[in-house]
Amino acid sequence: MADLKAQIIQQLNLQEVKPEEIGNDQPLFKEGLGLDSIDALELIVLLQQHHGIRIANPEDGPNIFYSVRTMAEYITAEKSKTA
Amino acid sequence: MSKGVWIAGGGVICGIGENLGACLDAFEKMQPGMATMEHLHSVHAQTFPVVEVKADNETLAERAGMPAHWSRTALLSMIAAKEAIQSSGIGELKQYRTGLVSANTVGGMDKTEHFMEAFLADPKKGRLKEVVHHECGSVTELVADALGIRHHVSTISTACSSAANALMYGARMIRSGMLDVVIAGGTDALTRFTLNGFNTLMILDQQKCRPFDDTRTGLNLGEGAGYVVLVSDAVAEKVKPWCKLSGFANANDAYHQTASSPEGIGNYKAMQGALSMAALEPADIDYINLHGTGTQNNDSSEGLAIERLFAPAFPPLSSTKSFTGHTLGASGGIEAVFAAFALKEGIIYPNAQFTTQMKELPFKPVTTFSRGNVLTHVMSNSFGFGGNCSSLVFSK
Amino acid sequence: MSNANTYITSSCIIRNNTVVKNGVEVLTEADTALPEFLRGLYDRFSGQYPKFHKMDLLSKLGWIATEVLLQDMPMETYAPEETGVVLANTSSSLDTDERYFETVREIASPALFVYTLPNIVIGEISIRHKLKGENAFFVAETFDIEFITGYVQQLLDTGAINACICGWVEQYHITYDAALYLIEKNNRGLGVSFTAESIRKLYL
Repeated sequence: MADLKAQIIQQLNLQEVKPEEIGNDQPLFKEGLGLDSIDALELIVLLQQHHGIRIANPEDGPNIFYSVRTMAEYITAEKSKTA
Repeated sequence: MSKGVWIAGGGVICGIGENLGACLDAFEKMQPGMATMEHLHSVHAQTFPVVEVKADNETLAERAGMPAHWSRTALLSMIAAKEAIQSSGIGELKQYRTGLVSANTVGGMDKTEHFMEAFLADPKKGRLKEVVHHECGSVTELVADALGIRHHVSTISTACSSAANALMYGARMIRSGMLDVVIAGGTDALTRFTLNGFNTLMILDQQKCRPFDDTRTGLNLGEGAGYVVLVSDAVAEKVKPWCKLSGFANANDAYHQTASSPEGIGNYKAMQGALSMAALEPADIDYINLHGTGTQNNDSSEGLAIERLFAPAFPPLSSTKSFTGHTLGASGGIEAVFAAFALKEGIIYPNAQFTTQMKELPFKPVTTFSRGNVLTHVMSNSFGFGGNCSSLVFSK
Repeated sequence: MSNANTYITSSCIIRNNTVVKNGVEVLTEADTALPEFLRGLYDRFSGQYPKFHKMDLLSKLGWIATEVLLQDMPMETYAPEETGVVLANTSSSLDTDERYFETVREIASPALFVYTLPNIVIGEISIRHKLKGENAFFVAETFDIEFITGYVQQLLDTGAINACICGWVEQYHITYDAALYLIEKNNRGLGVSFTAESIRKLYL
């Protein structure tokens, strides 16, 4: 999950945030890390670029991108499907 | 200010018709223009329907009286502007102090994309002539020169509200006595740049778009141009103007680069400002041409702003983008022509592809074409990225 | 056109790695590339606005120039819709258009695409300072001072707005030039009469 946090920070240009400051279960959007709808789209790009996972339906985004933990779990699940 | 600004005429070319008459026909016959792309080359051709002008550049160039190697944005602009001038009956432009205020968001991007294909394959290839008119302002200059307009030429680029802002700007020049006649509106051709861009935002519908419908999933991109001829009181006396541009306002939503605030604050302020300039109450509006793109965000924000301003009585309203697609920099101009002509003829346009009322709204759009309505005041909305919101009011 | 009752109450010019406020140089930073220079200005004049780092260079430039422009110039006396923003430049958003185009070959970047319109800088300024007044963005060959002055004067004269941030925000590759002015009906701050001539004097 530390790697994923670093990827998120890089992809979203969160220059003043350190990986260890993002809690595993902290909500990424709104009251949590304060991400917006464009960030959500960038996270979709991140999954595609770094993990080869395509999300076709943006409406799935809120569940997958709720926190770093939900994102990591999704990546693990998707990778085990293709493996 | 007591000085009036009149709409003396208008012209349109878009994916449902090569002139205003053909567009009306498409509305009446309920024929939206979405189709698989024919003129634009894209890897997404089979995925996203678009609303193209159904003619190649050679055909358009001939109608425009311009060379076919010029940007499609300029060709479309010239065709609609010529129709607008002709319909106004004001005669030769050179007898007036005339301005062209034209909006666009892509400029000559279509030609640049063609250049880049060759250039990227081999840096020694590519005709540089194709990128000369890349810049948005350059497209306006080409059309102004071809029309012989010299008193004032301006290009506005404020995303999807660009052309509505062009009308506002032109109206102000007439009110301040600086010009007698302003050709105002906008133009945009479809390009891969815009298609790919809207695709990355995941707001393109793979089916025909469904504005103000609960099942909506995005917009369809379109292309075209639309212009009105704005004239002063003195010029209006010599012709039979369609109507008056009685109110207009622009406001910034100040919420997000691309998304509207959930409650549509900028939308509300723009509509309210236009009503207040026209000295009207919400109940005076007889029809609203919605911005209505078909995205989740726009329709919900616009709808809630309308509810806040108009409740409990809602005028008939519809989004003509359900026929023309979203023509971006041209949309405010095309819809200004539709709105002004609707007022003159008592027409209410249908909202196509509508099945399910939005849960959060107490109203739904009109779904059938009708003539013979008594219309005195009509509103047209245009809201764009950057929080740029504009609303126009036309009055008899 | 009347200008007896309108004033330039603040100005900010950013060019050649130098910031000039109200005609007085406040900072110069030799040998720094534009992105680092703008980041330095952010740290010095603002901070605490993480969205800054997501903006394109044009927006960063206009945004930070506005931070300097509005320092010690509280705008809370105005209702949000009373303050407008009218800007112009010559390269539109071309710099970002190119950067975006670079990404299209792999995975097109949504975060870049949203900045491929010149008026997004107005949006960013408006979001930061909660300005909801009328705004416009013109693309022209050069900074046409008479035109912008006349346009803003008319907005103020007709009561469309009571204050306006206006000027020139240009950036393409390493070249840039920002000149912003705060125009108000109330005389305060710099307090120079609002004319094309005084705008030009502060610009040069």
